[in-house]
Amino acid sequence: MASVLPQALNLLFQFLDSFAFLVLSAIGLAIIFGMMGVINLAHGEFITVGAYGTALSFNAGIPLPLSMLFGVVLTTVFGVIVELTIIRRLYGRLLDSMVATWGISLIMIQGLRVVFGSSLDSIGTPLGTIRYGGFSYSTYRVSLAAASVALLGVLYWLFTSTQFGTRARATIQDEEMSRALGVDTNRMYLFTFGIGSALAGLTGALYAPTITLVPGLGSSFLVEAFVAVVVGGASVLVGTVGAGALLGGVNALFSNLFGTFFGQIAMLLTTILVIRILPQGITGLVDRIGGEA
Amino acid sequence: MAGETTTGVDRSTADGRLAGVRDALEGPNTLGNSRAFWAGFVAIVAALLAYPMMRSTYYVSNTAFLLTSAFLGLSLCLIWGYAGIFSFGQVAFYGIAGYAFGVVGINVAGPLGTMLGLVISVALAAAFAFVLGYFMFYGGISDVYVAIITLAVALVLNTFFGQTSGDEWSIGDAPLGGFNGMTDIPNLAIGVGDAAVVVEDVAFYYFIVLTLLVTYLGLRVLVNSDIGYVLVAIRENEARTELLGYDTKRVKLGVFTLGGALAGFGGVVYASWGNYIDPTVFGLTFAPLPIIWVATGGRKWLSGAIIGTFVITYVSQQLSVLGGQFSMIILGSILLIVILVLPEGFVPQIHARLPWLLDRLPGGESR
Repeated sequence: MASVLPQALNLLFQFLDSFAFLVLSAIGLAIIFGMMGVINLAHGEFITVGAYGTALSFNAGIPLPLSMLFGVVLTTVFGVIVELTIIRRLYGRLLDSMVATWGISLIMIQGLRVVFGSSLDSIGTPLGTIRYGGFSYSTYRVSLAAASVALLGVLYWLFTSTQFGTRARATIQDEEMSRALGVDTNRMYLFTFGIGSALAGLTGALYAPTITLVPGLGSSFLVEAFVAVVVGGASVLVGTVGAGALLGGVNALFSNLFGTFFGQIAMLLTTILVIRILPQGITGLVDRIGGEA
Repeated sequence: MAGETTTGVDRSTADGRLAGVRDALEGPNTLGNSRAFWAGFVAIVAALLAYPMMRSTYYVSNTAFLLTSAFLGLSLCLIWGYAGIFSFGQVAFYGIAGYAFGVVGINVAGPLGTMLGLVISVALAAAFAFVLGYFMFYGGISDVYVAIITLAVALVLNTFFGQTSGDEWSIGDAPLGGFNGMTDIPNLAIGVGDAAVVVEDVAFYYFIVLTLLVTYLGLRVLVNSDIGYVLVAIRENEARTELLGYDTKRVKLGVFTLGGALAGFGGVVYASWGNYIDPTVFGLTFAPLPIIWVATGGRKWLSGAIIGTFVITYVSQQLSVLGGQFSMIILGSILLIVILVLPEGFVPQIHARLPWLLDRLPGGESR
């Protein structure tokens, strides 16, 4: 009996960790995809920029929270430049924009390697650990779950209660009509891409203390980001939360029982099953329930 | 395929066997429907066949390697360029077939083993493509999701084969080998007992040239047939094609399975060429390469895919010698420039400008 509680706590922490990782990995990608229909295949490298910005400024002696802020700002600026120079020319050419962002990703991974070498000095995870039974869990990683929930709250407010949010949702629903009504849709796209980049940068900044800082680090976020967007569907908030909860649960359960790798396999199989049953993802399910009610 | 297709091709002129063959090979879905093209084609094939007599075995073997990539390029060209199915994970079929060839070839000795391996591996790659395709196309998911799912599958396979280093991950006598890969994969051999020919070095080169030739001509017939027209119709407007009464899901599943088999064949010859395969074939560095080859050459044309694949693999091979750490940066930049400046690829561009170029060569009619 004594071992049940720690096991349950283990599962809970694993779920929170997995949920946070899925939500934070996917949210930047999901916003750009949901708003602009562009899949940014350099998403992982945007995360890398955030992590590198954070680590470089931290190693230069700046306190961690400020370093994270710097990482986010750097990624946002970078994203805006990429939008203005490349993405803008590829609107309406979905597959071409995927190929182009893949090219960007190749250049960035190797570019970072050339400039900064094969790895950066790691930061070290702050905040210590939580101990229970014979186990321990990193407080920082658990608090990332809180950060992801807070972030979702902020985005909910942004999309429902601000003028930007109203215009953004109008652009998603009917681009032509919103342009006719005076919304500068090109500027909306630029802002959206900027916000998506900022969120990718934030993900990189938040995870920078917990990972090995190598140029290809973005790829470890990619599978989770992709499956979460596919399972979530086009609606950014509902989809991402639903996908995070479903896939996070599956991942935590299977990782707990059989190991990390089987957690990933189980997530992928769940994803393939979900698209067979719900091609529009969780967004589609919510719409259907909403329609019947 | 239900229904007749109407096209700009006049098929009534076919008289005699040669005209009939040309009729099957030519059409609006391939570049080069002229006497000049076929003359050039014969010249290139002759040059490829004569090549081993002029260079050492090392160069011949290396050229054979460059040509093996063309199968992967063609498979992507067929499903992405013609049918508009954007698969980011063709390497999954390539790698699975490569591993399967290794497992069968190591476990079953002799030429029988390698021939069996070839058949089983290609069938396995096709079956895997069929199952994955079934879930994707009958689930009714759109372009982007296909790309994401296929890429995710390749990445998960990368993780899977990366962790197979222990002894428990042996299939018969064949250890999967984790990140170190599977070694001692036998050369492909064709024939029975003592009469078998081991396909290596120059023989391997001829084997690749001939199979590639057959594949290219076969695909030309396919894309210029009624099925080819349906594929292009799906690429251009799937909803309309479906409304016209075509079972687009079935056609897409069929062509995706064929693409998987073709990529699988590429994986088998790759594993047989190097006697080796490792998880990097599923990785993030290799997965986008077929897209770079095909997009650069011209994804909507078979010849674009083959030439693009050959040129880019050759250039990247030279770059890794000369450019060192900058080779990936240069490759990424080529891709970006092609997408922004030449979205249709360089081969159709050259093809369109060819008369203009010939005109300005010495001896041409210059105006």
